[in-house]
Amino acid sequence: MRPLSVVVRTGCDFFAWFMIVFGVNIVIHGYMTPGGGFQGGAIIATFLAFLLVAYGGKKVLSWVNEKIYEFLFEELGLICFFVLALLGIGNSFFYNFLASPLGAERTGIMSLISPAGTTVFMSIAVGIEVTGALSLVIIAMFRGIRQFAGPSLPEEEIGHDR
Amino acid sequence: MNWNEHLPALLLALPLLGAFLAPLCSLGGKTVRNAMFMAISFLTLLVAFFLWRTVLAEGIQYYVMGGEGSRLSLPSGMAVPVRIILEVDALSAFMALCGAIASFAGALFSLNYMSRFTGLSRFASLYLLLTAGMLGMMITGDIFNFFVFIEVSSIASFGLIAFWRDRPAAVEASFKYALISQVGSMFILVAAGCLYGRYNMLNMAAIGSALQMGTMEKLALVFLVGSLAMKCGAFPMHMWLPDGYAEAPTGVTCLLVAVSQASLYGLARVCFSVYGIAIGSAFIPWMIIVFGLASMFFGVAMAVVQHDMKRLIGYHSVSQVGYMLLGLGVGLLVLGDPRAMAEFGMTAVTGGLFHAFNYTMYKALLFLAAGAVYYATGKRDLNDMGGLARKMPYTAVMFLIASAAISGLPPFNGFVSKLLIYESSFAVHPFLAVVALVTSVLTLASFVKVFQTAFLGPEKGVLAGVREVPPAMLAGMAVLTVVVLGLTLFPSWSLSNVAEPAARALVDQSGYIGAIMGGGM
Amino acid sequence: MIGNAPFFVVGVLFMMALVGIFMSRNLIKIAIAVTILGSSVNLFLVSLGYRAGGSVPIHFLAGEGEVMVLPTPQAMTLTAIVIALAVTALLLSLIMHVWRHYGTIDVDEVRRLRG
Repeated sequence: MRPLSVVVRTGCDFFAWFMIVFGVNIVIHGYMTPGGGFQGGAIIATFLAFLLVAYGGKKVLSWVNEKIYEFLFEELGLICFFVLALLGIGNSFFYNFLASPLGAERTGIMSLISPAGTTVFMSIAVGIEVTGALSLVIIAMFRGIRQFAGPSLPEEEIGHDR
Repeated sequence: MNWNEHLPALLLALPLLGAFLAPLCSLGGKTVRNAMFMAISFLTLLVAFFLWRTVLAEGIQYYVMGGEGSRLSLPSGMAVPVRIILEVDALSAFMALCGAIASFAGALFSLNYMSRFTGLSRFASLYLLLTAGMLGMMITGDIFNFFVFIEVSSIASFGLIAFWRDRPAAVEASFKYALISQVGSMFILVAAGCLYGRYNMLNMAAIGSALQMGTMEKLALVFLVGSLAMKCGAFPMHMWLPDGYAEAPTGVTCLLVAVSQASLYGLARVCFSVYGIAIGSAFIPWMIIVFGLASMFFGVAMAVVQHDMKRLIGYHSVSQVGYMLLGLGVGLLVLGDPRAMAEFGMTAVTGGLFHAFNYTMYKALLFLAAGAVYYATGKRDLNDMGGLARKMPYTAVMFLIASAAISGLPPFNGFVSKLLIYESSFAVHPFLAVVALVTSVLTLASFVKVFQTAFLGPEKGVLAGVREVPPAMLAGMAVLTVVVLGLTLFPSWSLSNVAEPAARALVDQSGYIGAIMGGGM
Repeated sequence: MIGNAPFFVVGVLFMMALVGIFMSRNLIKIAIAVTILGSSVNLFLVSLGYRAGGSVPIHFLAGEGEVMVLPTPQAMTLTAIVIALAVTALLLSLIMHVWRHYGTIDVDEVRRLRG
């Protein structure tokens, strides 16, 4: 895919960052408004789609590192989600051990945490995971398209089968 | 803390954790990844075994996700369960044990079988995800979660069937499976929506306690039976099954066999525990019986003409699934009639379920042996093989045991379960038993042909350099062989301790409902 | 009558999607039909949960009304959407591989497995 005109690229430079802000807003307020981890994560992942459309695959794919998306985002989100679920195992798996009833007084460190308890953190963990996963999907499919353009498959693709 | 109480959740949490950890572990190299893969598979098997022992000793176990206590199914004043509940009765534990054994054997086999390919961290991840989805289908007590787990297992299996993505046939098989299973899952979701719209509940036990047959329920039942029969490979919708089984890497095929049994479990659970006697007319039972007969006969008829070893065994899967459908259908037909139920209904259900266990073991073993032959020779066409018994004695012996078991030769475990099905289906109509017998004979003929062509006969010149497969692959097959031989040597023990509790749990609808609806602690 | 309108739409979409899956010959069109099937089922679930005059089932924005739209079908829909996204991505990737191997995305020509 070829880069688009300078107008589009400048617009993208400006607006793509707002997608991240908007997505993060949706993720962290996911426990009490419409939206949540998945929707916010999907919006954050559009950042990469914006860049790919505006700058073209060649340039953007040389910028991104899939390892970061895979390990920093996807794995971190998954492990956080799992650990949060596991921490409640004194009562049961997925038990919301940080929650308190509506209107109850919260003191000390607990007053910093929303009454929704682990739901907030789980929503953030899901947001991180979905950001990584959807960005990886976009990158992988884009690389797939680029492979058709070339004369043959790259070296590591051959030899996958024996 | 009492870990026994948390066993149902651990059974799902362990493979899921493994699936998440696999990419991280593969940063540490091949040894770390393989160690993690094997450790998680083995621990899952252990948990499944302990869960099974616990259920047999203490009755139905259930687990409330996110509840104040894991046994609080009806929190203060609620008339219906609102949380996600895992419910494990003897049938679920029995199927989960069977699935966990197949998963462990497949993982052990894959260690060597897959070692020369790239992308193994994804393989381990998807394999454990498939295990988690399969076990989830078997132990969930919630119809919407059943859909979620069916989708988890389907998505993992699309990826695994197309793992050798540079083979056109694998990609095509995966696409075919993806389409069919997606349509099937959407039907299940529609059925869940119908039931939810009617009762405002998703818990299977709660729906079962309130169920009154009406239009919506009939619609939901038809959707559920149709799509689950499709997912377990009954005759008119079977075309994905031989393709998918033949093209997937062999360790995965071993697990896919168990996954199709999870769909069969879902079919049994919906028909017996949710609908039960309320199913009313004989239409659905006869539909299941006809599905079974058609799968049995046409599956074996198409298997006889195959040349590709794994495809041939795949078509035999279609015909073997027919036996279980026949057994369950006969049981469902006489569910409302206590006298007939005592006379042959229980026998039919026991036979069907015992056959499901036996089938998973010997069919997985057959696939692994076929994969071992492919690994050693690089050939899948039967016409290119010959005289392998001298080169690969262990594989040959294990293949022989498995083919004797699938053909229902008398001392083997396949014979026990088939005999129960013949006896009980004969009581309904002799024609059913005749079809089952003819199928069995054709199966025997087909496997005599396979064994004779591949392992006996003159040695082919091109196969001179063939050697026995590495030890981990043999160990994977040996696990299943030990189970098959154990079931063979102690038929009365395995019937009374393995199959009959499961069958009693399946027909005991009030027990299944009462465990959840009967109150909190 | 007008309350049942969503269910008619669901029925029409469902049938359209099934016809698309079984009749069309282009793999991309089949993938689109699969997503339409998913959307029709999602619409079915959401319209099941609708209550006339109900407000959003969220604690902070619920307002004074007594009636709320049921949240469970919405949660189900959301889960189904996530799953449908994964399936769509997989189907499209598989189609890309099919195109690479066969050079076509016509169903009738992608026939290596048969019999």
